[in-house]
Amino acid sequence: MRELFLTLLTGRSAYGYELRQTLEREFGDLLPTLNAGQIYTTLARLERDGLVVGQDVPEDTRGKRVYMLTDAGRAELSEWIENPVPGTRLKDEFFMKLVLVAGAGLAEPRRLLDGQRREYLQSLRDLDNLLETRAKSAAAELLVEGAILHLKADLEWLDLIEQRIPEVPSP
Amino acid sequence: MTNVIEARGISKDYGTGASQVLALHAVNLAVERGAFVAIMGPSGCGKSTLLNLLAGLDRPTAGEVWLDGERIDELSEADLARLRRRKVGFVFQSFNLIPTLSAGENVELPLRLAGRRRRDARRTADRLLADLGIENRRNTAPAVLSGGEQQRVALARALANAPDIVFADEPTGNLDSVAAREVLGLLRSVRERGQTLLVVTHDARVAAAADRVVTLRDGQVSTETTLGAVRQVAQLLEVGQRS
Repeated sequence: MRELFLTLLTGRSAYGYELRQTLEREFGDLLPTLNAGQIYTTLARLERDGLVVGQDVPEDTRGKRVYMLTDAGRAELSEWIENPVPGTRLKDEFFMKLVLVAGAGLAEPRRLLDGQRREYLQSLRDLDNLLETRAKSAAAELLVEGAILHLKADLEWLDLIEQRIPEVPSP
Repeated sequence: MTNVIEARGISKDYGTGASQVLALHAVNLAVERGAFVAIMGPSGCGKSTLLNLLAGLDRPTAGEVWLDGERIDELSEADLARLRRRKVGFVFQSFNLIPTLSAGENVELPLRLAGRRRRDARRTADRLLADLGIENRRNTAPAVLSGGEQQRVALARALANAPDIVFADEPTGNLDSVAAREVLGLLRSVRERGQTLLVVTHDARVAAAADRVVTLRDGQVSTETTLGAVRQVAQLLEVGQRS
């Protein structure tokens, strides 16, 4: 979120709510709703770190601040732009759950795998429906297509896990 | 709810003696009228064999197959052919279009076999081809059509007689993503018309469109998953935020 705000503040100053409006225009309702609190907390932290500077607008009686990028902010943004977003996805809640829960004998791995497979298939169904039924921006459409591809890979991964785990004798 | 497709303990083996291969082992499956069921599983798990047995294209070594209240595994070839013509549409993985007939004639064929008049058959075929966006290909030979177009002609042919039951083997296999999406849209419309649909697929996107997903492993039903109504965006974001 920090870097997104720095990007949106390049070349122009803006109020917090304007940043939210721009994000909503790009991603529609596919972006988790940002409440005012999250926006102003992020801006306050950026200001504390010296990456943006906020200024009170005298004629604004509601006490709203307008924000602009500092040199340090520009430097951090350049670095973010120059470096790719990390590609490894080693953190996976389901896999940790499977290893630890099944290891402790709290549930059968097959039951966990079946439940997870259902969730991924259901998500695939939901996302496909989203593509079919709603008018959206090209960016939002690509975002959904990407999520669909990740889900297909997750389903293949479940198959792989299922092939590799030893058969658990049924009680 | 009545079951329109039912497998009762069906097994299938190929070959004899030491070279005998068990393709299916005591499979039970019941599909209610109007349902959309997908069968998934790794290659060689027996899913195409199961589809062929349920559609009456092959006979089980043991067990019973019931279609629309009629036991079909003991029917004569002639009775079986009649039943298939009347109630079943089949979309083959390899399309199986007749190369010497045009796309339109391929679609008309099951209608003519069912005794419909030429003009009537032609009108129905034209409408189906138009629904699938390939009306301009009606006079084209299958060999000249793209894979996606051939698949759509095969689907139109399977739907021509408005069969109660539609079987499809890998309907999006070998299709690019755009053509696959069109075929998926058609499968959804088949379901919406109240026809029963049984699809064998390795494409998770096709499976996710079904009401129920049956996974086969080593010739046996391994899991059955029932999918629910579509969740809305707000709910999806909530789910996504946890991970």
